[in-house]
Formats: sequence, structure tokens, C-alpha cells
Amino acid sequence: MSVHSVKEILASIQKGETTAADWVKTSLDAIEKIDGELKSFLTVTADHATDLADKKPTGPLGGVPYALKDNMVTEGIRSTAASRILENYVPPYNATVENKLRSAGGVLVGKTNMDEFAMGSSTETSAFQKTLNPYGRGHVPGGSSGGSAAAVAAGLVPFALGSDTGGSIRQPAAFCGVFGLKPTYGRVSRYGLMAFASSLDQIGPFTRTAEDAAIVMNAISGYDERDSTSAKVGTEDFTADLNKGVKGLRIGIVRNLTEEGLNPAIKAAVDGAIRALQGAGAEVVEVDLPHSEYAVATYYLIAPAEASSNLARYDGVRYGRRAEASSMIDLFEQSRSQGFGMEVKRRIIIGTYALSSGYYDAYYKRAQQMRTLIRQDYETAFESCDVIVMPTTPTTAFKLGEKADDPLEMYLNDMYTIPANLAGIPGASIPCGFVDGLPVGLQILAKPFDERTILRVSHAYEQLRDFSWPKPELGVAE
Amino acid sequence: MKITEETVSHVARLARLAMPESERQVLAPQLSDILEYAEKLQEVDMTDVIPTSHPFRQTNVLRDDVVRPSLPHDKALLNAPDSDAGQVRVPAVLEGGGDA
Repeated sequence: MSVHSVKEILASIQKGETTAADWVKTSLDAIEKIDGELKSFLTVTADHATDLADKKPTGPLGGVPYALKDNMVTEGIRSTAASRILENYVPPYNATVENKLRSAGGVLVGKTNMDEFAMGSSTETSAFQKTLNPYGRGHVPGGSSGGSAAAVAAGLVPFALGSDTGGSIRQPAAFCGVFGLKPTYGRVSRYGLMAFASSLDQIGPFTRTAEDAAIVMNAISGYDERDSTSAKVGTEDFTADLNKGVKGLRIGIVRNLTEEGLNPAIKAAVDGAIRALQGAGAEVVEVDLPHSEYAVATYYLIAPAEASSNLARYDGVRYGRRAEASSMIDLFEQSRSQGFGMEVKRRIIIGTYALSSGYYDAYYKRAQQMRTLIRQDYETAFESCDVIVMPTTPTTAFKLGEKADDPLEMYLNDMYTIPANLAGIPGASIPCGFVDGLPVGLQILAKPFDERTILRVSHAYEQLRDFSWPKPELGVAE
Repeated sequence: MKITEETVSHVARLARLAMPESERQVLAPQLSDILEYAEKLQEVDMTDVIPTSHPFRQTNVLRDDVVRPSLPHDKALLNAPDSDAGQVRVPAVLEGGGDA
């Protein structure tokens, strides 16, 4: 078994050397071999995948296996968001991304583990299992899309989709040493994505390369009338600018970036990546993001407020877990209490509190005002640069259990990723080194709808990087 | 802002969450920490700042009122914990107590 990119798989099938069935078998065998310990999948759709592959699917992703985070609904395939309340939920319809990937010829091999309802930064709040980091068994894969990141990093699938509300694609991509892209808000339809914080949620790909991410983006992006917040922008070819290089491109670095808690070795790796890009002809300019220090506080009022409203639908009535109860109110309260884990309850309580009478102005409205200032910071910064780069995370993957009892400490791990969601802009994390055997991510941010420049810089950087890349402890051999 | 167990209890009721004392004891100090951290937002004068509820300007989306197929009845009921005669069945709303 060996690890291949989406591009290589497509080329091999097109040349007639291999078939979809071969690649699906490779993927299922790898899952069988590795995932008993890695635990990145909640559901493996072996029969579905084998049947689909036998039909020799064609299209821009014809025959390529992939995995979906388990908060994206799949018709006839259990979709749980890693929550007890949806433990036996089998959706009657497909998310738009699943329909799009299917019609592009992709083959779903399974649904991946995640923090419950995407609330967490370590995948430890999953009600079902803990996913390990492929580069260090004792470490978390990051979250909330930890299963998708780990599955790609371990070579079980060439790509997977995740969702990013405050860093849930970029942070696990950084922790697991893969490429992860959060597109612009509205770029990819959220229809069929179980809502966490609707003004922040966005679906995006995990891949091994920037080029693969561009190929996947071509398949999943676009306006969808079933998501009223999806952006009415034309389709485009995300691979178009990949080979344009970085000569003359203006790379913004943040003056006075908050460095509290930033591992100096991560800073050194990021500085090395910036020098490499500079060496290839990019121009480095300094920008200011004066309100960055308020991003975490802003996010942890807005996201729980939206979540408390979105999760009101899980009441034990029409679907999901129902508790024994003698009255309606009791049925709501007991079903929700038994069905939700502690992190979900914590956020529902914070959100309900922030929205409750007497506190709305002090918390929720103030957070929304700060959101305006943060968004304006980025607008101003992008007047003088094409991309902004910074570390994706202040630390490498922390140890399992290390932050599980301190929610605030866990939240602060998202300080570099949260602003992109508040501002709605696209951002990626690309591996830029290893510290003590664990991957480090470089975050690249751009203007709204300018994913192509992020992919261009990322592709250029992939040709420049020269650090030694250890084999994952858990994974298919390279 | 100090959050007491009583406050947690009140908010849990608003959110329709039954919350045992053991959970209230854990949550109260954690919520105090989180909200104390959120006090940072009070440092900045935002008197004239317009709140942002969405990253981009959102407008209402309407479609023509045309009949088209939707989720079939039987499929919609497949996940219902209890159903009867094409309806979701629930405990009595008005009988059997409750504080609504």
C-alpha cells in the first residue's frame, strides 16, 4: 500500500492502469489495517463504496475515494455529528456536497469522527471515540474535524471534507500535517451540514496538496438555491493560478501579532516559510490587525449564541434520541440532557445566557460590534497585501486529555484561526515543518473569494519547502 | 461576572436542559471564567460601531410559489421515535404536568 494524491489517482485511472474498484479497495484495506487504533472513522461504508466503484464512476473525481465529516448528512447512511442525540439517525436526504461529489464520480468510503456538533478543538468531545494523531499516538488530532484530518494524514483516503466554524479545518490540518482549506463564507453550500453557528460555518477540503484542494474545490463550490446564504458568484477553475508563482506577490505579516503562548519553534518554522517565499520573489509587507486580541472573546459569545438557537431543534420529537417522559416539557429537557455531552451543554448555556434578557447588549451585541471592527481590520490590511500569513496554531498537537478540563485554555488554542470566520475570509493551513516530531501549520489568509491566490502561494511553497518529513506513526507507508 | 449555580439552573431551564446538581457545580465556575474573559470587550469604546450579524450583506431570498416535490411523508417519519397514523406521536401536552 502506498499513499497517492487525488491527481495521481485520477491520472492512473485515466490511463487505464487502475480502476475505481482498486482505489476503493486500497482505501478500505488501509482503514481495516490502521483505523482500529487510529479511530478516525465513525462509519465505514464498505458495501456502498464497493457497489459504487463497480459501476466505474466517471467525472472530474471519477473513482476517487473520500470521507465526509459526520455532520454532513448522507441519505441512508448514519450521520451522528458524534452526538448521542443522533446516534441512530439515518438521514432521508443528502447534503449538497455529497450530491456534488457523487456526481463528480467520487466514492464515499465513510464518515469521520469529530467533536460533538463540531464543538471542540481536539475531537475529544465526540460521544463515541477518541481519534489519535497519526504523528503521535499520545496527542490529539485537533478538532473539530479531527477524524477527517487524521484519515488523510494516515493515508486512509486521498481527501476528506471538514467544516470550519472557528478553525475546525485549519487547526486539525496543522496538527496532522495535511493541507486544509476553509473557503470564503458562502462559497460551498451548507445545505445538509448540521448547523453549529450559521454565520460562521463553512465546508472545505483536507488534502495532501494544494493542487488536490483546488480539484476538490472545483467539484464542491458554487451557488445552491437550497442554502439561502450561499454566495451568488460564478463558478471558477481553482487550479487556474496554481503555477503562477509568487514573484511580486505581496505577503502581509502582522505587526504586533499576539504571541502569548506561541511556541518559539513554531514561530521559527513560520519565519522560515516566509523567508522561502521571499527568496522566490514575494514581497513582504507589514500589516496591522489591531483588534485580533478580542477575537476569541467575540467568537465565544457569537458562536454559542447561534448554537443555542440552532440546537433547539434537537428535542426528541421528530427524530433523534427520545427520553422516557410523562410530559412534553419533561421530554424536551430529559432528551436533551441525556443526548448532549458536556461541551455542547456548556455552549448552549453560554449562548442562552448571552442572549437572555438583560445581558444581550452587554455580551451579544458588543460581540457583534467587535466583529465589525475585526472585519474592517482585514479589509484595511488587504489594501496593502495579497495574502496574510501567520502560524495556524500557537502550539503543536497537545496531549490527549491535556486541555479537556479547562475549556478556556482549549478555546485560546483557536486564537489565530477564529478571525477568518468572523470576517468571512478564506484561509488555509499548509505544513511548514515539524517540532519534536509533530507537524506545524502555516496559515495563509486572503480576501473574500480569493481562494485562488491562497492555492497559488501554497502550491509555490510546496515546491520550496525542504524540511525532513517523518513517517506517521500510524498510517500507510509512503 | 460571577455565575452562580442558581443562574446556571435558570438558564438551563430557558434552554430546556435538565441539569443535575453535579453538572451545575462544574459549569458555574467554568462559565464565570469564560464570561470574565469576555469582559475584555468592555475595554473598547464601540458607541457608534454597527453590529455585524453576517460576514457579507444578506438579503432575503424568495422563490416563485410553484408546487414541486418535497420529502415524502413516509421518509420524513422514518426517524420519528414514535409515530401513529402518519403523525409523530408525543406525550400529552396539556396533561401530565410540566411548567409550561
